[in-house]
Formats: sequence, C-alpha cells, structure tokens
Amino acid sequence: NYLRTSNGIIKMCAYSAMGRERVVPIGSEANSRSDVYQENYDKMLELVTELKTKVSKISMGGDDRARKRHTSKGKLLPRDRIQKLIDPGTAFLEFSQLAGYRLYGDEEVSAGGIISGIGRIAGKECMIVANDATVKGGSYYPITVTKHLRAQDIARENNLPTVYLVDSGGANLPRQAEVFPDRDHFGRIFYNQATMSAAGLSQIAVVMGSCTAGGAYVPAMSDESIIVKRQGTIFLGGPPLVQAATGEIVSAEDLGGADLHCSRSGVTDHYAQDDTHALHLARTVVENLNIKKEVDVCLDDVQDPLYDSKELYGIVGTNLLRVFDVREVIARIVDGSRFDEFKKMYGDTLICGFARIFGMPVGIIGNNGVLFSESALKGTHFIELCCQRKIPLLFLQNITGFMVGREAEAGGIAKDGAKMVTAVACAKVPKITMIIGGSYGAGNYGMCGRAYSPRFLYMWPNARISVMGGEQAATVLATITRDQRNREGKEFTAEEEKKLKDPIIKRFEAEGNPYFASARLWDDGVIDPADSRTVIGLSLSAALNAPISKTRFGVFRM
Amino acid sequence: SKPAKAPAEHKQIRKLLIANRGEIACRVMRTAKKMGIQTVAVYSEVDKNQLHVNMADEAFHIGPASSQLSYLKMDKILQVAKASGSQAVHPGYGFLSENTEFAELCKDEGIIFVGPPSSAIRDMGIKSTSKLIMSKANVPIIEGYHGENQSDKHLLQEARKIGFPIMIKAVRGGGGKGMRISHTEEEFIDQLNAAKREAMASFGDEVMLIEKYVDRPRHVEVQIFGDQHGNAVHLFERDCSVQRRHQKIIEESPAPGITQETRAQLGEAAVRAAKAVGYVGAGTVEFVMDQNQKFYFMEMNTRLQVEHPVSEMVTNTDLVEWQLLVAQGEKIPCTQDEIPLNGHAFEARIYAENPDNEFMPGAGPLVHLSAPAQDPTIRVETGVRQGDEVSPYYDPMIAKLVVWGPDRERALKKLNYQLGEYAVVGPDSNISFLRRLSANQSFVSGDVHTGFIPQHYEDLFPSQTTAVDHADACRTALAHHLLGASDMPPSRDPFVSCSAFQMNLVSESTLNLKFDGKDVKVSVKEIERGNYTMSVDGGESHSVTGKLEANANGVNYVVGTVDGVTKRVKVVRVNQRSGTEADCLHMFPTDGQEAVKVEILLPAYLTDADSSSGVGQPIAPLTGTIQKVLVAPGDAVGEGQPLVVMLAMKMEHTIRAPRGGVVESVMCSDGDTVKMKALLVKLNDSEAT
Repeated sequence: NYLRTSNGIIKMCAYSAMGRERVVPIGSEANSRSDVYQENYDKMLELVTELKTKVSKISMGGDDRARKRHTSKGKLLPRDRIQKLIDPGTAFLEFSQLAGYRLYGDEEVSAGGIISGIGRIAGKECMIVANDATVKGGSYYPITVTKHLRAQDIARENNLPTVYLVDSGGANLPRQAEVFPDRDHFGRIFYNQATMSAAGLSQIAVVMGSCTAGGAYVPAMSDESIIVKRQGTIFLGGPPLVQAATGEIVSAEDLGGADLHCSRSGVTDHYAQDDTHALHLARTVVENLNIKKEVDVCLDDVQDPLYDSKELYGIVGTNLLRVFDVREVIARIVDGSRFDEFKKMYGDTLICGFARIFGMPVGIIGNNGVLFSESALKGTHFIELCCQRKIPLLFLQNITGFMVGREAEAGGIAKDGAKMVTAVACAKVPKITMIIGGSYGAGNYGMCGRAYSPRFLYMWPNARISVMGGEQAATVLATITRDQRNREGKEFTAEEEKKLKDPIIKRFEAEGNPYFASARLWDDGVIDPADSRTVIGLSLSAALNAPISKTRFGVFRM
Repeated sequence: SKPAKAPAEHKQIRKLLIANRGEIACRVMRTAKKMGIQTVAVYSEVDKNQLHVNMADEAFHIGPASSQLSYLKMDKILQVAKASGSQAVHPGYGFLSENTEFAELCKDEGIIFVGPPSSAIRDMGIKSTSKLIMSKANVPIIEGYHGENQSDKHLLQEARKIGFPIMIKAVRGGGGKGMRISHTEEEFIDQLNAAKREAMASFGDEVMLIEKYVDRPRHVEVQIFGDQHGNAVHLFERDCSVQRRHQKIIEESPAPGITQETRAQLGEAAVRAAKAVGYVGAGTVEFVMDQNQKFYFMEMNTRLQVEHPVSEMVTNTDLVEWQLLVAQGEKIPCTQDEIPLNGHAFEARIYAENPDNEFMPGAGPLVHLSAPAQDPTIRVETGVRQGDEVSPYYDPMIAKLVVWGPDRERALKKLNYQLGEYAVVGPDSNISFLRRLSANQSFVSGDVHTGFIPQHYEDLFPSQTTAVDHADACRTALAHHLLGASDMPPSRDPFVSCSAFQMNLVSESTLNLKFDGKDVKVSVKEIERGNYTMSVDGGESHSVTGKLEANANGVNYVVGTVDGVTKRVKVVRVNQRSGTEADCLHMFPTDGQEAVKVEILLPAYLTDADSSSGVGQPIAPLTGTIQKVLVAPGDAVGEGQPLVVMLAMKMEHTIRAPRGGVVESVMCSDGDTVKMKALLVKLNDSEAT
C-alpha cells in the first residue's frame, strides 16, 4: 500500500489501501454506426478543427515581420520561453487563448497580447504570465488587462506562485480610458502583486524586454526579479519622456538596463546573459521557494476511462435540441468510468454523484433536462454533502433553465431554485464548470456560471450562453409587441413579426457563441471536448494547491 | 645449458594463488574452482573492488597501484602464498609469468610455480641462446650476419649463405633509414652501398647487418604443452598477424590458408622446440611465415598466452586445467593423436583505446558495459564489470570476445555480429574498429600479414565527412524523449502524466545534438507520447513512433519507426554528474551500423565559463601528473598564457590562463598527481583590465 517513487515514499490514503468496492461502471458503447452519431461526430469535428485552426493562428502571436524582428534580437518567442520555463515533458494549462478575438475591429490582438497558464516549474505548479511583444509591442489593451488580472485571480484562489515574463511597452495610450482609471484596470496588477506577496504567494519577474512606466512596477513589485542583459530595460520614464521632461539625452540601456539595475539601482536581483539563461535562473528561484503542495483530499490510483474521449463528439454533437444522457459524458471523463450516483431516482433531470479524475475525488453535477423543484433540492443536498466532505465540485452545464408554468411556480420553483443558487454561491470547495451545451437563464446561476466564481470555467465549441435562447427571446419580444398592438387596435403582420424576430435571433446567436464569450473572458477557454478529462484534471490539480476552507451557507428559504 | 630433467613429483594442489589480476586471474580461478581447488587472489590498492578479488575465496592486499610495488613484488607474493597455505602459484601472463628468479624462488620455498622450469624461461628469454637451441633442434630460424667483417665481399658471401631476398640494415639505423632490400644477388652490392651512404649521412656510421628478408610476413604461433614425464604435444597453430602498435588485437585458430602439410610441419617443429628445452606446461612457439608458407622460429613464450582460448575452442580443451594437472606432476591428459582440430575460432581483444588517435590507451570508469550472451560457442573473458574502472596503471584490455564456428567464414560472421552486441560506454573502445576489421574483405579472405592495418588504412579508418542520417537523428531524439519520460517518477500528477499537453496546440520542442561530432538540430512535435513528427536541421518532416524496451539486464533498446522503417537500437544514456558537461546518448544499432555517441548540447550559460557568474579558473582536464609549473604567485598572466604542463593519459597537456589576472597561488607542484577538475592555479578575482 505504499508507492515508492524516486522522490521518496508516498503513503496512499487508508481509503484505497482497503481497496475499493467493485461497481458496475457507467456508460455504454457508442453506437458509432448510427446516422445521428455520425452526423454529430462530423459536425463536432468540424467545430474542433475550426477551433484548433484559430488557436494555431493565434499562437503565432504577431505577424511574420514582428516575429522576425523579435527573434533577430536573440529573443525567444513567448511560447518558447514558457516551454523552457516549465519542466520538460510536462503539460501547460493555458487560459483564454481566444481573448481579444475580433474584439477590436481590424486590430488583431492575438490571445489578448498576453499568454497565461499554469505550468510546473521545478515540480511546483505556478501561474505564468508572459507578454507577447510581437503583438502590438506587448502593450496593454483593455482585454490584456482583464486577462492579466484573471490570471492573478486564478493564482490567488489556487495559492500559486506567479512568474511574469515581462516584455511590454505598457498601457495602450489611445485606449487609456479603458485601461487606466477603474478598479479592475492596470493599477490592479500591482495591487494584486502586493497583496498576493503578502499572502505568501511568490511574485517573480523576468524582465526580457521593456518595462516602461507602470510596467516598471511589475519587476519592482516582485519578490525576486531577473533581467536579461542588453535586452531588458526598466524605467518609469523612457528616453523620449526624459528628454521631454529634463532635456537629458540617455540611451535605454544606460537609463534602465541590466547592468544598472543589477549593480547600482538594485531593482533587479539576477543578471541573465540571454533569455535561456534568464529562464534557467527563474527555475532556480522557484526551486528555492520552499513550498509544498499539501492536498486536503484523499488521492487514489489513476485509471483511464473505459471509453474513448473522442466519442464525445458523436454523443453530444452540435445540435442543442438533441438530447443525450450526461452520464455518457461523465463515463468519458472520470477514472475507470466509475460514477457513484446520488439520489438516482429522485429529481432525475439533475445527475449528481461522486467520481475521481486522475485519482482526485470530485462531486459531479450534470444536467439531463430542465430543472424542477426536486432537481434543485437534490442539487442543494449534494452540494452540502461535497462541502461537508471537502470534495471539489464539477458542473457539467447543459441547461435551458428552471421549469416555468403555473404548477412549477405554485410548487415553489423560485425558492427551490434559490436554494441551489445559494448553495452554489456559498460552496467553498473548488468549483469547476464546463459548459457542454446550452447555458441559459437562471440555469447558468444554479449550475455555477461565471458570476458564481468557479475556479475555472471552460466551454466546448458547440456551447451557447445567453439569458435565454434566441428563438425564445424573439418570441417573448414578439408576443409583447403583439399585445401592445392589440391594445392599440393595430395589426401586427407576420411580415412585421419576422422583421422584429430575425435580428434578435441573429444577435443572440452571435453573442451566445463561445468565441464571442471567450474573446471577452467570460470563460477561461474553449476546449476540445476530447481534452475535457485532461483539462479538468489539470485544473483540479491546480485547485488543490489551496487549502479547502469550511463552507457556511446563507439562509435557505424553506 | 642442458635442461635438468626433474623427476616427476606428484603433489596435489588444494589451494592456488593467482599472482595476477584482470581477466586472466578470473579465467584461472574459474578452472580452479571447477577442479575443486581453493583460490587466493592478490590485489593492489586500486584493485580492491575488482572482479578477481570478488571471485577468489581469499584475497590479500599486496601494495600500492604501481605494479613494481604490487604484482611484481616477489617476496610479498610468496609471503601470501605461505600465509594462505597455497601449494602453487599461477602467474597468468605478463607480470611474473616469465621471471626466472621468481620461478626459482618458488621452487626454493617448495611452492609449485605453474609454468616451465626456470631454465627454460631463462634460455628462451635470451634471443641468441634460443635461436641456437632451435637451430640445433632443426627448427628453421631467420638466418643473419651481425659480424664485424664489413667488407662487401664478405657480406655478399654471408648473403649467399642465407639466401635471397636479403634485408640490409644499418646497425644504428631506424625509421627505415639506412635500410635496403636486395631481392637478387645481382643488385646486392648496389643496395649495400646505397644503404651505407644513407646510414653515413643519417647516423655517421655505416656498419651493416644482414638478415633473411620476409616479405609481408605473417605471425603464426603454435600452442605446445609439455609435462614432467618428457611428453610434449601441440594444439595446432594460431594466426595473430593483424597487429597495432606491435600488439595483437585479433587472433584465430587455425591459421587461414595453410596447407595440411605446413600445419603438420609447424606442429612438429614446435614439439621439437619444446622438447629441446625440456618444456613443461603451456608454451607458445612463435614463427614468422612468408607468403609461400615458409616459416622461421622467432621466439618462444614460456607462459599461457592471452589468445589461448582460440586453441581451446578448436581442440575442446581447458589449457588451465592441463596446466594445473601437469603442475601436479600428472601426464598431459591425451596424446597428440587424441587432439582434434575442430572448426575455427576467433578472438577479438576489446581495449579501452582510441583507434582514431593511434590506438591511444584510455582509462576511466565503465559507465555501461553489456556483452553478448555466452554459450559454448561464445566466450567473453573479462575481469571488469559495469561500474569498474579501467585503471591507467595496467593493461587497458576490457575483455576478450572468443567465438567458434564450424568453419572460418561462419566463425568470422559470428564474431562480427557479436561485436555488435558489445556496448562499452566510458573510455573510448576499439569495438567499431574491430567490426570494420572483421568485415574487411581482405581479412575475410584470409589475406593477413603484420602490415595489414597500414595496408588497409583507408578502409579501416573511413573519413567521417558523411552527413548525419536524418532517420538516425530522429531515432536519437526519440530515445531522448522516451528515456526522459521513463525517468519521471511514477506520478498521479496530470501535469506529468499528460506529458506534453498544450491547450488546443501541438507541443513543439527543439533538441540540439552533437551527433558523432556534428551539430544537429531536431524539431520535435509531440502528438502523444511515443508519436512524433520530427524534422532535422529544418529538413522535411518525418513521422516517428516508437517505444522503449528493456532486456532482462535492464539494458534499454529503443524500437523506433521512422517513415515506416523500424530499427532496434541499444541505447545507453550517460547523465553527467557535473552540470557543465553534456549528457550523452550512446546508440548501438543492431542493424550492423556503427555505434555513435550523441551529446545533448547544453545551453550556453552552462558551457561558457563567463556566463555562470563563477570566474574561469584553470583546472586539470584529466587526472594526471604535473610535469612543470610555469608560473609563481604574484605573476601577472595574460589570457591564454601557459600556466602548467601536465601529463595525462600519455599525452602532454598545457593548461592556459582562461583569462588575464594575477596568480594568487599555485595549487600544485612538479611531479604531483592531480585529479580531474582539480584547481591548478588560483587567479585573483579582480580581472586585470
């Protein structure tokens, strides 16, 4: 019952030492010959291919010229920097690759001009934030700020040290109003650095390019900083500003280069010969952090699911009207396709149960239809169990909303829904949300939408998110209009109705699209359904860096 | 002097001291153990963990590393023999095996010396005496005239007596100067005068000697055996013609292309030689043989030779067993007629040496050592194991690979194949050279002579300008990735188990290699573990898949498929303990290709002394001896200025100042032995600018 590793001996928890109960796994062989499966598969594959093509282009950063200019100075591209920073042959959980996608008209701000993600450095999971100087000189657009702050939030919530690979011209001046003054604007970056450092979360900066004005505070506010010679510069005012202010003519290197900051000003601590050396120094800094991941949960051996994750394409498909059993999705995500279901026969439109992902325990809540009172009560009960037992929660969201109608309202659907929303909001266990289909209305709340602060929120490319479906919204608006016309004694022709409905449907469709959502950072990324297990596993692993605190629920209306 | 025929004494050997080390000590012990004889090893300080010490029932420390003070220390060894209660001493080969004094001392102390009587050793050790004895016993010898009468007429007369062709050589000559060959009587005087003129000009002396000239000579030797009852037999001949630095590297029995008649004559001559000196035990009579299979006595080795296993293989005997039986006073176990000549055997000597650098001997730890699997037709005689050190104090032989086949062709094919199974990592080895040699067409056809290596130099040392094969580079990168993954401790951590997962992207990395001395850059896209797309130096993409397999001994093989071609390569990775040395992958293909060493190039910050903030200081490149210190404390030195001259691995190294500065202190003095990486001279920190 002991697992020997080269690092020493890891004691397995008593739970698995006793051996687990044999159970019947969930899920069934996919009927891959059926027309529906085939159609689903092909459509989803098309979406996944589109996603990967988009991300592949985004991953290049700026255009060829910008990239060439960057590398010709001996600088590594930001993704190569990250590869050299993390442990060789380990995963990198990147966030919000689609940030800024079609957000600024003709201006392409690939990945929002900044790359963020969690990677292992010297065996420790760290948040990495890397400016991409090939994208608009690495300057901060509003979305860049949002993405940087989101990365810091993730680091804070999950107790991760952060390494900043700085190479940025600072705030995007023409857009300063959207970047500078508000609470969650540029200044918040340094507020976060200070308060995270105060919380014991190390802040490490590697200066690999410019750090001008506000940007100068990234290394200056860091616990430990590294600078690359004849490449990194740090100053509050650059040479043009200095000349304008004082008439002094000075080169960037003399004003704020590595020699100055390492030997005179003391703004930086380590002197690097080049990018590779700087990243090596950053790794040694992390090695010396003296931090240890101590998880609050019992771990078990890892087992692969019994079914191929690619089958999710054929099971789920892209037609949101098509129903599927969420258990088939769970069967392709969890260890050994083992799912110990809770209250299976009660409120069966909400599926709840326990499973493990990469050996980590997780309570899963998935939708199998609209939420009724019973479903909401069951969900609330299950969330209470997970909080009591400190088991992370995974929400598999595919929800049109809570049940409406006279019977439902009379049955107190509002107060039962509120119970579930209260439970979700107050739950202190790590919450991870994956939107695998529709995410509409209050269903989004009950199933831990962005507003409920899941540690991580991902979307499949087939997902849609909006307050309600476009068709329903259009119908609601058409009904209101018709009633109004009727009161006024006017006619509301079918033609007029279509004219009213079409743009609404179109708009909802566009704004509910995952690319639209992801571009605005309403999620942490659009993922290939086949990668779901990996992405959730990596996210859970990162989440377990933070101790799980005790939950105190608000008042449940009875 | 007439050999004294001692009456046969019967004395049982119950305990045997082996006054040797390495493979021969192990070889002797194996037979002794088989015969129920206790074994006693002796060892020098550096040999305390050697295989021969581990194999022995008892082991005695006899002195420091230097063989003068250990393995050649007669009194010490005899003291051990007495202290351990050994009845006999087996000297192996080398060291005391042909030392008359030691053989006599043993006799005086009543200890059996497993070897011939001291008189035979003495007589055969003196060239002129041995020639005289052999000549008398009607064994053909190389005739020559080394006399004082230097007149043309007299020398011609002597030449006629010897018979043409004749070699005319200046007594003080060397390097081919003052040397001529006269093929016929007619040209003799002209050649003699030419030689004299050249000698006079070169050495100021024109005294000449003349000898029978043997063109493209072969080295053929006969294994003989004698007992104390006056019996002597031969175990046929061996050919050991192919030599480097006057040492054998590949031997075979029987000699190729020799007629039954010559074989019989060789055997008979050798037995006559043995009998002429009253030989007891194992010995070898060495002959020079010309291209017409005429042979001449060269010398007699009064010991068991390194290459004795090839004779054992073709005669199905155990010569060490015979040695011990004969030493106990018993008769040779069989008569001449009962000794068969069956099949063909080869021995290849695997040395720690660098064939590309004039076979310069090497030393150092054997980081990896894997040998072919042994069976009755494949013997691996060795005294070292993986992790042992090839000591600079002794012979750098790692092992002898001996194979047997029903005929020469099949035996040679087997030798070549089994050499491919040998993998040595650590010091340089001659394995690839031996493989080229054993595959050489002239060698295969048996056209051997002592000048074989110079004659076939271009084939044996092909120029290394060929470009790196992209598929080989891909397989190396594959091995690197798979070994890296297998190194990771088993982990539940998805960051480790999902290896190179990248959100919506294919993970890409670059590997900088020095492939057999050539820089190569391999770009690797990991589709999943074991499945990659690679390109070499920006060339076209290759599909690369594969896995690692470990054999029962934990040796890794990478089975890699590059664009549909699957090959199996034994792979040994050497991770340097020092951070500033490149890790290496040693690839041993099983498809007959030569082994290659591939360095995983380190980033500049580790290799440039400047960049790692530590200041460059002069250190010893190897373990060696300081020959001369050229600076003193307080001296100002410039970058590149010689500081110290040292001898290491028989090479002179000049250690230069890595930068300018002032000598703070000198950490070594003339004659010191310094360890690899030792700081030799300390330069002050403030760099003179």
